[in-house]
Amino acid sequence: MAATYEPIATQTLGSNTASVTFSSITGSYTDLILVSSISTTHTATTSLVIQFNGDTATNYSNTRLLGDGSSASSDRDTNVVSPRIALVGFSSSEFNPVITHFNNYSNATTYKTILSRGNNASAFVTAYSALWRSTSAINEIKVFTLAGNLRTGSTFTLYGIAAA
Amino acid sequence: MSLILGIMASSRLVATTAYESIATTTVGSGGVSSVTFSSIPSTYAHLQIRATVRGGFAGSLEQTKMRFNSNVISYSSHWLEGNGSAASAGNSWVDNEVFLRYSPGNGSTASVFGVYIMDILDYANTSKNKVTRTLMGFDANGSGYISLCSGHWNNTAAISSISLVPKDGSSWAQYSSFALYGIKGA
Repeated sequence: MAATYEPIATQTLGSNTASVTFSSITGSYTDLILVSSISTTHTATTSLVIQFNGDTATNYSNTRLLGDGSSASSDRDTNVVSPRIALVGFSSSEFNPVITHFNNYSNATTYKTILSRGNNASAFVTAYSALWRSTSAINEIKVFTLAGNLRTGSTFTLYGIAAA
Repeated sequence: MSLILGIMASSRLVATTAYESIATTTVGSGGVSSVTFSSIPSTYAHLQIRATVRGGFAGSLEQTKMRFNSNVISYSSHWLEGNGSAASAGNSWVDNEVFLRYSPGNGSTASVFGVYIMDILDYANTSKNKVTRTLMGFDANGSGYISLCSGHWNNTAAISSISLVPKDGSSWAQYSSFALYGIKGA
């Protein structure tokens, strides 16, 4: 059997940063997994969002499941320029683990579906499905927040999985 | 020195992880009625299935029926899901298979596929009933689901085969893909 699940790149923020980008992503894997530990400089919770290949048009959408400690809810965004993949907090000591899956990211036939799970132990837990309406292979992933910057100490590691 | 040069000369690092690809099926033109992973070795600690799926069903939604070892009794399922407007939970008891929730059917937006990522822990342990957990969903820009699913097979047999069958239709659509991975223990 072929061993897989390889780290492609890691970024650790040494200062507050507007966005993190993984570029020149090889197409030699089947799936990508982004493992992130994130906090923001915003003064309230905000959404972690994503873009691919520099596409800033309204080609994205997402569906969310949210639990806030007292109830569960669901909502969605359509025709947005950057789909949400997690709700994140702003503590300087409590970072939010977020794991995001990009299956079949390099195929040039289908739109790209993304699944993401985010956690904030103090306030909520989230799960998202998101869509990029493009058949292009993903070769660049940009991650940022809708408000504030990504806080220093946030980490992002991109892994690749290759199917047999 | 030679090790360093060897790594530098390689276009890709040699993986030494505990995560291994066991088998993959990609659906070709015309679709297939089911996907089965058989003769699964018992040498791993856990299994993971990573699938990208679309049903051939004319409707906009498709579900998945999953069976182990061709067994058709003693399954149950629970789920928590969101459809973009409300969250809900459900279950299915004493069934003939584990239910996985919604992926797009052929009536959904073209080129949209659902994804599921399923973990089957201790699949070869003959003292435990088998439990699965799955994160799955899709978004079609105005419709879609995100679901957390658990499945139970009330049987202590080691899992040696896994069948994935569309519940509402009769086929998986072209370009659907199903990959089985094994995760080693120490």
